[in-house]
Amino acid sequence: MNIAIINGHLIDPANKVDGQHDLFINSGIVVGVGQAPEGFSADQTINAEGQIVSPGFIDLQARLREPGDSHKGTIASETAAAVKGGVTTLCMPPDSHPIIDSTVVAEQILHKANIMGSARARVLPIGALTKALAGEQLSNMNGLIQAGCVALSNANRPIRSTLVQRRAFEYAASLNIMVRLQPEDAWLAEGGCVHEGEISSRLGLSGIPECAEVIAVSRDLLLIEQTGVKAHFGPLSSVRSIELIAEARKKGLPVTADIAAHQLILTEIDVDPFNSLCHLRPPLRSKRGLDGLRSALSDGLFTAICSDHQPHEADAKLAPFAETEAGMSAIETLLPLTLKLVKEGVLSMSDAIAHLTSKPAELLGLKQGSLAVDCVADITIFDPNRDWVVSEESLISRGKNSPFIGWEMQGAVTTTLLDGEIVYIHE
Amino acid sequence: MNHPLSPSKLQFDSDGKLHHFLTIEGIKRQTLTEILDLADSFLGTEGKAVKKLPLLRGKTVVNLFFENSTRTLTTFELAAQRLSADVLKINIATSATAKGESLLDMLHNLEAMQCDMFVIRHAQSGAAQFIAHHVAPHISVINAGDGRHAHPTQAMLDMLTIRRHKPEFGALKVAIVGDVLHSRVARSQIHALTTLGAAEVRVIGPKTLIPPSMQQLGVHIFHDMAKGLDGVDVVIMLRLQRERMAGALLPSEKEYFSLYGLTDEKLAMAKPDAIVMHPGPINRGVEIASSVADGPQSVILEQVSNGIALRMAVMSMVLGRSPQTQAAEDIR
Repeated sequence: MNIAIINGHLIDPANKVDGQHDLFINSGIVVGVGQAPEGFSADQTINAEGQIVSPGFIDLQARLREPGDSHKGTIASETAAAVKGGVTTLCMPPDSHPIIDSTVVAEQILHKANIMGSARARVLPIGALTKALAGEQLSNMNGLIQAGCVALSNANRPIRSTLVQRRAFEYAASLNIMVRLQPEDAWLAEGGCVHEGEISSRLGLSGIPECAEVIAVSRDLLLIEQTGVKAHFGPLSSVRSIELIAEARKKGLPVTADIAAHQLILTEIDVDPFNSLCHLRPPLRSKRGLDGLRSALSDGLFTAICSDHQPHEADAKLAPFAETEAGMSAIETLLPLTLKLVKEGVLSMSDAIAHLTSKPAELLGLKQGSLAVDCVADITIFDPNRDWVVSEESLISRGKNSPFIGWEMQGAVTTTLLDGEIVYIHE
Repeated sequence: MNHPLSPSKLQFDSDGKLHHFLTIEGIKRQTLTEILDLADSFLGTEGKAVKKLPLLRGKTVVNLFFENSTRTLTTFELAAQRLSADVLKINIATSATAKGESLLDMLHNLEAMQCDMFVIRHAQSGAAQFIAHHVAPHISVINAGDGRHAHPTQAMLDMLTIRRHKPEFGALKVAIVGDVLHSRVARSQIHALTTLGAAEVRVIGPKTLIPPSMQQLGVHIFHDMAKGLDGVDVVIMLRLQRERMAGALLPSEKEYFSLYGLTDEKLAMAKPDAIVMHPGPINRGVEIASSVADGPQSVILEQVSNGIALRMAVMSMVLGRSPQTQAAEDIR
């Protein structure tokens, strides 16, 4: 199958391309940029006039809820939402049911997603760093990586014991495995459900202080320095955290970080009417914190913007605030929120796309995230100016738990290609 | 999954009248004053609530207490009875929610039984707001205490008690002493006092019991009891839960009493005519000395009897039944 994408504005940060270029695809591979190879005849031509053509987005954290929680989402439902949002590759954390702490679970997920074809996007599992994520015994790290996991993580269940954390880092470092860390001091965060600040004081909700994250980052950086493990932090919520990580990177430590798009848009104030849709972990921080995170992003301190997609059934959010489950359905709003940052001058369009494509690809060592000749044709075509309103109907994720319902968004995907095949097209 | 309205907006109907009573935050001074005036009118000359009025005749009030309470539950029951309402008490421990029925299913069942008002106490902050957001529009919800968030009728009965002793809020310095962090009463008192225009609201306690961002509610924070009590007109003591010792918040009851317990010596720092209040139940010798609790400056028992009149006022107001509207209907 030969596809030509014509008249579009191609932005391919990996190759420093930013301009009007046509793209030619043969059998799932890019065969021409700007100019068709000799003898190329298109079976299908996509007119991308007025639109941006970008490598498919790579999301470093999205929960699919399968296996185990199909009432919240499935591989099929959530990857369909992913490609609607322009995401062609996503990393799923190990906290499914069962937990991805054995090769069998990892292999089953990959088999169902990629071989049996229930996934529309590429699914990359992240294996558990400790067995059952209990923070006590190391997982079979090598086995998990051999089975296809791209990194190991304890997800949002931080390892309490500093000794276990050190051992996990040492062992992972010996095998050159990257660890993904969602930093939170378990004691300081215990019982908390919102940022400790003005809103927690006013509403009488238990707070999670910012230092719960910063202390965990500080501890882990010292252990990373000692063990040499390659570590990626995220999603972060505190400007102090990212500053410490950037400083460590300057000193030569192999550390990087990401942030969820909504953490750059919403603040603790959005929790105010006990809005359980804003019950998130890490929690939304203060307005001042938001400004700091935005300038850290402008300064290039983050490697990626992720969705931190966490679909839930309606009942999960129908209770008094602290009793609701944390997380938002976010993969379909990743692009418009990132474009909002472009509009508000936080990032250039090219930098914004780099945070969704080339930078996370480089982090994971993927060949995706680039659209030069011979690259895989994972492509997202979007109209940066199309207005749409977020509603339960407009979200195709099984999770309708978005605090952005009712918001007018700018920017929508028109076509998504995976391996040169159209997996989403806007009707 | 609609975006919930803030409790302060949710509690008014489309005409701007009070429909629920969830939090003091967002209620205008004039409305708070109306509540106090109405409660005053229910209080007889000797300060005893009038016996019986027909204002809520034919109405059904359901007391839904998910947390134990003696005083609040009893005064709500008495208030509803004195307004001639039918009162239903749901025992949560044996009710269907204990058998796994969801909170919302239980509410919808009660709605189907033609109830008019839910009085709710719940251990979670925001529970009353959650329920008000989901009940049928004809039902009014009164918050009888939700987690650490709000206890607006308690705060208003405290305002009523203060006003009967010191009519000018604008001239008052008020100190709230103790476990502000965990106190729904303190939060509601702070909103009530700042809305009614108190000259100064102070909170006094150790840093473990007062979050620094409390300042954003318009209060001054003191960690030294003597400085905090200096020249105040009203001293409000908060109850200290015994379990606070376990969470490394405080070393011991003894040390707490020596630093923040209200004794005659410490009370002497306040104005000579200062009144002493406590929402109850009292831990004698932990937050307050018996000599102060039972002393001449204490108005603690008055608070309890004012509670009935104040709750009568709130209940009749949210159901749109004042003595004036009743009189007008009687003429028709």
